[in-house]
Amino acid sequence: MYKLRRTMMFLPGNNPAMVKDAHIYGADSIMFDLEDAISVYEKDAARLLVYNALKTIDYEGTETVVRINGLDTPYWREDLEAIVRAKPDVIRIPKTQTARDVEKVEKVVEEVERKAGIPVGTTKLMAAIESAMGVINAYEIASSSKRLMGIALSAEDFVTDMKTTRSLEGTELLLAREKIVLAARAAGIYALDTVFSDVNDDEGLANEVRLIKQMGFDGKSIINPRQIAIVNKIYTPTQKEIEKSLRVIHASEDAKKKGLGVVSLNGKMVDKPIIERARRVLTLAKASGLSIDEGGEELV
Amino acid sequence: MEIKTAATAGTLESSDALISVEPNSKNGIEIELNSSVKKQYGKQIKKVIIETLNSLGVKNVTVHVDDKGALDCVIRARLQTAIIRAAKAKFNWEEDDAKCIN
Amino acid sequence: MSENKIGREIPDYIENIGELKPYESPFAYQPTTRKFGRKISKTVPGQSKLLNSIEEAIIRTGLKDGMTISFHHHFRTGDYVVNMVMDAIAKLGIKNLTVAASSLNDVHAPLIGHIKNGVVTKIETSGLRGPLAYEVSKGLLDTPVIIRSHGGRARAIESGELKIDVAFLGVSCTDIYGNANGYNGKSICGSLGYAKMDAQYADQVVLITDTLVDYPNVPASILQSDVDYIVKVDAIGNPEGISSGAIRLTKNPRELLIAKYAAKVIEASGYLKPGFSMQCGSGGASLAVIRYIKEKMIEDNIKASFFLGGITGSSVELLNEGLTKKLLDVQDFDLIAAKSIGENPNHFEIDASYYANPHNKGCAANLLDVVILSALEVDTDFNVNVMTGSDGVIRGASGGHCDTAAGAKLSIIVAPLIRGRIPTIIDRVNTVITPGETIDVVVTDRGIAVNPLRKDLIKKLRKTNLPLFTIDQLKEKAEKITGKPEPIEFGDKIVGVVEYRDGTIIDVIRQVK
Repeated sequence: MYKLRRTMMFLPGNNPAMVKDAHIYGADSIMFDLEDAISVYEKDAARLLVYNALKTIDYEGTETVVRINGLDTPYWREDLEAIVRAKPDVIRIPKTQTARDVEKVEKVVEEVERKAGIPVGTTKLMAAIESAMGVINAYEIASSSKRLMGIALSAEDFVTDMKTTRSLEGTELLLAREKIVLAARAAGIYALDTVFSDVNDDEGLANEVRLIKQMGFDGKSIINPRQIAIVNKIYTPTQKEIEKSLRVIHASEDAKKKGLGVVSLNGKMVDKPIIERARRVLTLAKASGLSIDEGGEELV
Repeated sequence: MEIKTAATAGTLESSDALISVEPNSKNGIEIELNSSVKKQYGKQIKKVIIETLNSLGVKNVTVHVDDKGALDCVIRARLQTAIIRAAKAKFNWEEDDAKCIN
Repeated sequence: MSENKIGREIPDYIENIGELKPYESPFAYQPTTRKFGRKISKTVPGQSKLLNSIEEAIIRTGLKDGMTISFHHHFRTGDYVVNMVMDAIAKLGIKNLTVAASSLNDVHAPLIGHIKNGVVTKIETSGLRGPLAYEVSKGLLDTPVIIRSHGGRARAIESGELKIDVAFLGVSCTDIYGNANGYNGKSICGSLGYAKMDAQYADQVVLITDTLVDYPNVPASILQSDVDYIVKVDAIGNPEGISSGAIRLTKNPRELLIAKYAAKVIEASGYLKPGFSMQCGSGGASLAVIRYIKEKMIEDNIKASFFLGGITGSSVELLNEGLTKKLLDVQDFDLIAAKSIGENPNHFEIDASYYANPHNKGCAANLLDVVILSALEVDTDFNVNVMTGSDGVIRGASGGHCDTAAGAKLSIIVAPLIRGRIPTIIDRVNTVITPGETIDVVVTDRGIAVNPLRKDLIKKLRKTNLPLFTIDQLKEKAEKITGKPEPIEFGDKIVGVVEYRDGTIIDVIRQVK
């Protein structure tokens, strides 16, 4: 089953009003930030708030992610000590430079899981790449751990490291984006794009989403609920794509019923990646509210 | 835990609570509660405060709460933060985790 | 004491009010009386209606102890009229009056002093807010306030249940003989829909204005043949409090989410078709619904026949863009609307009876397709409270809520499931203003509940991907998050009786401890 991760909504972990109902807006994942959104004087407060919130509040199936502080800070270990116990779905590692960074985090996560009686391997990881070195090491990072479900580009720090600035065209991010998608695909994990910070520029956001979707990204980080609809719309398959995918799925089920080893559609062979893509398309379609009768007809 | 100084955590934003703690010269737990939902949840808020203080082993403290409709988990988090700041101590995650019903 | 049809305890009789009829159902009550007629008077040529002061007007009307005076609330929180008139009345030593305002708000706090001094002993109104509301909740008045909806007040005036001795009506402009309106002058409010009732039925009518214009000031909202006296003052109100600048569309993500859900409900209901009609409240979520509906209207080339209300710049925009044929306007909330009513013949002023009186030959609310309403509390019977807060204190108004809910084919409540830590959906509301059988859908940010009486709607909405729940499930959802609130302690004293639009009593308001 292709898990939808079209939108990952950032929220500051020290803001109770946002923390308590981040999940009502329909983001596929919500990310509680303990890192850059939290001042050094409030790291303890944010940690305790997110810890208590995750343990108490029912986020109704929305994927929960916590961004811990970087490995170059004195906070990250205690972040893990606390947060792993609260059982978020994913821990996001900022500023990942090498596979070694992921291994360090995984070691502590495993320790805490054992101490807390959580089945080892439950807590997933994701790595945010925010530097030139991180981009260069993208594949080794992406394949560094069985727990790693995705890698993301964090553009703000990246462009600073590259000694340039962000632009609407995204020229400065081309290679980084390509490399991250490549690495993610080669390692079989998700690729997530960076935040678009101008919440009032709907057109700019839409253009960027169209670009990164075409590149192959599974989704994008967002910072405001109003961005959700825009991203989801672009990730919604077209009627044509849906029809094509339904034909592929029916052909595949047909072949299974007949006990055939090979699936064919219109005389052409349909192999596994195409079937998986068809499934992804239907998952995306269903998520956007289109009702699809997989029994052979489409009802919209 | 032993409270050594006064400390504060939280804010006056909606859904948050500003909680200040200080050592209680008279011994025991004293709670001063101001809340935008005092009639409806005052009792529950005090209950959460006492439970949290007990789980942290705090026996002598004066707690001032300025609540703006914070949920129980927020009250708990803000109080825990104020306490560890006032006690200049580390939070015992293992112990707290074990006590949690969730 | 008896229990009315929705399970609320209603006294059979209250001193200084009389016998109370318990509520039965939205359209059960059959009126039997005739329309009330004011005292006929005589005016000869050469008589001037212009007086020098409010005080003089009070004296000339012969206002005596025990009489009933009335005001409108078109000036909202910018009103100066009520306080000016009450101060003058108090100075003249008149006592024991009934104040029958179409509504009262925070700025009318000085009434507290007048009540304590015995100038005012009874209040009849749609709503109360601020310190006055708090004091009334605590038991300031000996006689309970009578709460009526806008339609109910019009009904009571026309039937003579509410007999007004003197109406003091602030108007934005008038000529020397009493042709007045609310859309020209220094401080404009737009429609004078509520005031028109008082102007037609009160025994005496005093206009208070800050702008005198040439005769004849026609077309007029209030006609010379209904006006006794006119007083010019420096200011009838604060223009900024009367009508705000254009109400900005909300950016609040929660309100937008609720609005999106509500718009989807309307679309799926089938009521959004050419010639439809609609009324929206002025809250953030309500106005945002118009924005989303508008997109669909343009997409599918659907034009409304009328928008009713409660008119804001959003509705005026629809009118100007040709998306609705008419606006039927009983009250304006912002400057754009207030100006438009004076300029556009398709933006039509209606009085409160035309708007919502259930006992006339057919009010506009009867022809509404969709109404969007707010709520402080909703219970598991779909009863709605817009009057008292979760702490039991009066802080709202009946307004057109029960009128439009009864008349509309689709009544939608929009409200957040939880406000701060207070659940909106609960077992039993503190005060019922609108009975559950007239409420079809409750739309919150965390889910939507359809009244089980509307199986047709449930079927239609199931075909969408809207998050549908039963009302009990929504209540439990809220409680799970906030914890169960302690019940409010009320005193035994009844401080308010709530009339349903037909004059029967739907609930009472008890004193808060």
